Amino acid sequence: MAHAVAAPTTHLETNTGLDNRKLLMWLFLGSECLFFGSFISAYLLYRNRSITGPYPKDLFDIPFTSVSSFVLLMSSVSMVLALAAIQKGDLRRMRIWLLATSFLGLVFLGGQAYEFTAFYREGLTLKTNMFGTTFFVLTGFHGAHVTVGVLMLMSMWAASFKGKITQESSLNIELVGLYWHFVDIVWIVIFTMIYLVQPS
Amino acid sequence: MAGATLTPKRVTMADAVRETRAGSYNGIWSWISTVDHKRIGIMYGLTSFFFFLVGGLEALLIRVQLARPENSFLSPDQYNRIFTMHGTTMVFLVVMPMSAAFFNLLVPLMIGARDVAFPRLNAFSFWTFFFGGIFMNLSFFTGGNILHGDIGAPDAGWFGYAPLTLNKFSPGNGVNYWLIGLQILGIASLAGGFNFIVTILNMRAPGMSLFRMPLFVWMTLVTSFLLIFAMPVIAVALFELMFDRLFDANFFNAAKGGTPLLWQHMFWLFGHPEVYILILPAMGIVSEVLPTFSRKPLFGYPFVVFSGVAIGFMSWGVWAHHMYTTGLGSVANSAFGVSTILITIPTGVKIFNWMATLWGGSISFKTPLYFSIGFIAMFTIGGLTGVTHSIVPSDYQQQDTYYVVAHFHQVLFGGAIFGLFSGIYYWFPKFTGRMLSEAWGKLHFWLMFIGFNLTFQPMMVLGLLGMPRRIVTYPDGYGWSFWNALATFGAFMIAASILVFIYNVIVSLRKGEIAGEDPWDARTLEWTIPSPPPPYNFAVVPQVHALDDFWHRKYTEDAEGRPVPIPAGASDPVAVADHDDGHGDGHGIHLPSPSYMPLIASAGFPLIGLGLIYDAALVAVGAAVLVVGLYLWVLEPPTEA
Repeated sequence: MAHAVAAPTTHLETNTGLDNRKLLMWLFLGSECLFFGSFISAYLLYRNRSITGPYPKDLFDIPFTSVSSFVLLMSSVSMVLALAAIQKGDLRRMRIWLLATSFLGLVFLGGQAYEFTAFYREGLTLKTNMFGTTFFVLTGFHGAHVTVGVLMLMSMWAASFKGKITQESSLNIELVGLYWHFVDIVWIVIFTMIYLVQPS
Repeated sequence: MAGATLTPKRVTMADAVRETRAGSYNGIWSWISTVDHKRIGIMYGLTSFFFFLVGGLEALLIRVQLARPENSFLSPDQYNRIFTMHGTTMVFLVVMPMSAAFFNLLVPLMIGARDVAFPRLNAFSFWTFFFGGIFMNLSFFTGGNILHGDIGAPDAGWFGYAPLTLNKFSPGNGVNYWLIGLQILGIASLAGGFNFIVTILNMRAPGMSLFRMPLFVWMTLVTSFLLIFAMPVIAVALFELMFDRLFDANFFNAAKGGTPLLWQHMFWLFGHPEVYILILPAMGIVSEVLPTFSRKPLFGYPFVVFSGVAIGFMSWGVWAHHMYTTGLGSVANSAFGVSTILITIPTGVKIFNWMATLWGGSISFKTPLYFSIGFIAMFTIGGLTGVTHSIVPSDYQQQDTYYVVAHFHQVLFGGAIFGLFSGIYYWFPKFTGRMLSEAWGKLHFWLMFIGFNLTFQPMMVLGLLGMPRRIVTYPDGYGWSFWNALATFGAFMIAASILVFIYNVIVSLRKGEIAGEDPWDARTLEWTIPSPPPPYNFAVVPQVHALDDFWHRKYTEDAEGRPVPIPAGASDPVAVADHDDGHGDGHGIHLPSPSYMPLIASAGFPLIGLGLIYDAALVAVGAAVLVVGLYLWVLEPPTEA
């Protein structure tokens, strides 16, 4: 121990006991809270301020979005199972659950693509009214985050065939998991504030 | 974790030199691919100094235009673009990155680490900043023939108030370059913020508890937290503006129900923490310089730490004092007035602590101390004029006058820039191995100090005489002509002082006195190692026993509390490093390998930016460059085993 010194990104004892990369991820997610918080605030500020339609109540299909929200929530369960598998060294199960998580993420994104298209056909674009502006930008940025998450999940899946994901390096999966759960939680807030709390 | 469980790690100097980045430490490519925090710090410093000259030139153009009434040196259009770029440059391309230069150079050395937590992310921060700065300034060349004075720079002010920034009022691409450029710079700041928080929380040497950290490290920590929470807010505001300008969204479009005031709220919610992002690093520098040259510990260290932390928290609750005249109502105005008055308390605590540090010290009047004392004096005036702004009815009168311009230059130039120069004079010997000339340094100080006061005190008078900001010219006979001429004279004096500084640097780099390890008889860990420091910083990871540990290794106290030197070498931590204690097993210090990937990844951002403005296909190219760079980065092992 006395000589394998301070290659800063390797697993050394840290002052806090938290791995550097894990601390980085937590800080990043803290920063992301302000990011989504700002977009959600802008949405709430402009609620009921559209001068022309279509309005949210004309477009929202709550049962449909509830299903896609449920799908995204379930992806957090499969994410947990993927991490549990690799922590036990079960590479095969981890791959299955990673693929399942990616698949559920893709289903959610498909649902979002369908929803965007449906709204567009009803005449809602970025420039139509305040609802279009704030809705598409907020949910679009969330969708972009889910897309990045799916890419990371698929990358982990691919890396596992190169022997890069092992029980010892399960932190990789844990970090992707933290990100994935965060994106899920943000969606819970968005779904509640934007879909369920209906404007008067 | 720090402390008992970690024994000092020993290697011989010879081992370290042999095994550290062998053969890769020379030539231009070694700089381009470097992940060494000291080199990244130097590159941050040089780049930000270059932009300081650019921003200074813009300031001189403004002052020449305003030197006399009814002047037509610049057209109104040129004037708008120049003052926009002056403000943007000085905030985002000078003070922030120059502070980042000091974070890079000093934080690992001060906490006894061999590098930052994520060296490649650190290089990524630098290159992203570098490309962002170039991207922003490219806008000058997009207005037609620049030789005929057709400049295309943004023209809506550094604050970018909507609806001035919307296509209707600012056609052309200037504001597009501005908003995308700021977005890129924001990514650099975020990456740096994450990196320094992790470094400071996780990488301290054994025994370096939080309350043994040098004040500068504390201020870096607070600044980094402000960065990671403030940058996303401006990022969202800039995205909203981008969607309005490029994709016809309505965030700030009053005709569709949007409110331009949203921009002001978001800009200042970012902007006021940003003010402290600009000043806290300079406060950290001053808090290191004063104890060294007073030969006393910093007076009330915990109070200064907690004041800095308090400023960090309170900076989130004062933003609307930039918006008293927007009609928020008397309740909101009063609340923000009170919070603004309250934030002066921790700032005042610091000023008194600095003065008490000097009090009774055996003061050594060297150039760094001149700049630090200049900082305290000028920043106090700036702070007091700030208090006058916090009073709502008084602010109604001062809003948009030169009094405001004088105030924020008093804190950002008189404060931040003086503090940063203090740091340059103080740590130059550490990183170059040579001292800057004291004689030229003092000439620099006096020229800058007098020039500064001749430039900005007249602006106080001009503001009280009612001269509005941002006007391209003014008629004679308002009593403004003399003060404007005086301010212009002062600005050229500042320019002259900068030439003196450049001369001093060039001469001292070649002929300056050799510094040695500890030229100032200083207190913190960076002075225990050679100047310039070796790539691995510390041959032996130091064991820290106290605040100002190095000082306590050199001095003990007599009955009256006066420092008494300990015989040389008796407890010098470096002395242990030079002889192998028999535990060596041939492993050297493994430092992270150089990498081109951060550079490649960050080169994607300006391409994406140009693509957003001109051609969507280029967005795809830029995104591909970014993604490929990131993947290669992840796949590349951080250290050659």
